[in-house]
Amino acid sequence: MLDFGVIVANFKFLVVQGLFGLGGFAGGTLRLAIPAIVLGFVLGIFVGLARLARSRFVSLPATLYVEFFRGVPLVMVIFWIWFIIPQLLRLPIPEYGVALTAFVIFEAAYFGEIIRAGIQSVPRGQVEAATAVGLTSAQTMRFVVLPQAIRNMVPALVTQMIVLFKDTSLASIIGYVDLTKAAQIVNNREIKPFELYLFIAVVYFVLTYSMSLFARRFERRLAS
Amino acid sequence: MSYQFKWSVLWSGQSGGWLLQGVATTLAISGLAWILAAALGILAGAARTVPWRPLRIAGTFYVEFFRNVPLLVWMFFWYFGVPPLLPRGVQHWLFNHSAEFWAGMFALGVYHGARMSEVIRSGINSIPRTQFEASVAMGLTTFQAYRLIIVPIALRLIVPPATNESLNLLKNSSVALTISVAELTFQTRQVETYTAKAIEALTAGTLIYLVLCVSIAWVMARVERRFAIPGLIARGG
Repeated sequence: MLDFGVIVANFKFLVVQGLFGLGGFAGGTLRLAIPAIVLGFVLGIFVGLARLARSRFVSLPATLYVEFFRGVPLVMVIFWIWFIIPQLLRLPIPEYGVALTAFVIFEAAYFGEIIRAGIQSVPRGQVEAATAVGLTSAQTMRFVVLPQAIRNMVPALVTQMIVLFKDTSLASIIGYVDLTKAAQIVNNREIKPFELYLFIAVVYFVLTYSMSLFARRFERRLAS
Repeated sequence: MSYQFKWSVLWSGQSGGWLLQGVATTLAISGLAWILAAALGILAGAARTVPWRPLRIAGTFYVEFFRNVPLLVWMFFWYFGVPPLLPRGVQHWLFNHSAEFWAGMFALGVYHGARMSEVIRSGINSIPRTQFEASVAMGLTTFQAYRLIIVPIALRLIVPPATNESLNLLKNSSVALTISVAELTFQTRQVETYTAKAIEALTAGTLIYLVLCVSIAWVMARVERRFAIPGLIARGG
């Protein structure tokens, strides 16, 4: 009854179009996930540093930003961007732009928390010692705090990147042709849901699990 | 901007009732899935720490496979993929008893069970190994040691991360809208479709989620204080 031939027959569409985004549709899981991870991380650095700022005018908005987005489902944020941006800009933007904006804004809150926790994990004495030997506060951040903070952050950062990678499947809700949507499209024609969804589950698993194995080796190298 | 705000759409007509139904469904699916996730999480989390290899491997396989695949894919898998393989009678029963709700609940529970087990495992690993050795030396079997000593202590240690994970479960229940479970996000979109007032509908849905999350976090903070083990320093969330 099970027929895995359907995977072979549609392999090119599923992987080349759905995963890499090369083909007739402007889609692709990786084409969405990689920029989303990079931009989300960069925005997250600003959010994390802003939360630690001495001025309340900087730290309070950053705190509200983080608490707000951590209390709302990502699906909701995607719908917000989907409806609001065309209203504001008065022009329709493609699903890719909607999805990327939603992911970057949403994930920056989570990345920001990781970066804040990483910086706070550096003992206070380190900063005091660096100041005592005459480093400016920018030098202290760059040469003393950040190198130690980043080492402490790596496990949480990788976990969050994996979460974000999996979350990109939600872009299929607004019609973006990623791996999940590609499987749906093929399934509408072939009606082989068990085989197709199990196959993409395995593809996601292989990618995320190799990310976490790579991260574990990287951590060991940092620790030694 | 030409957008005309009309907040009254939220309480006139059917909108209010829809949103309330959405909240009820979100709470029902999250509550049931949470029970399933907690049960699976405790079992798998404990299985990965026992001194018996086959059980550890089974636990690891479950956890790594289920938490490394997007929840959305699991929703489709359990809703579209699995029912056709079930016996006729079961299929009929399921599709007459809101199959999408049960498939969504199952997907949510099994996925979060894998994530919950990581929290529980880290709790178990933070208990000194001597606790286990002492209970075995007292004559408890491994199962008794876990049931009476290790798991109860671990559960009291992990309240803050488990709260976080439970809130993730609640928020992730919104993914069930893809298999047309009429939960809060689904109803928000329904209000938006019927009234053509996107900002009002989304604001209402977003605020309800925030209120739910904040109140659960508040309750759990009290639970944490109630069950904190005296003598151990409370660790920041």
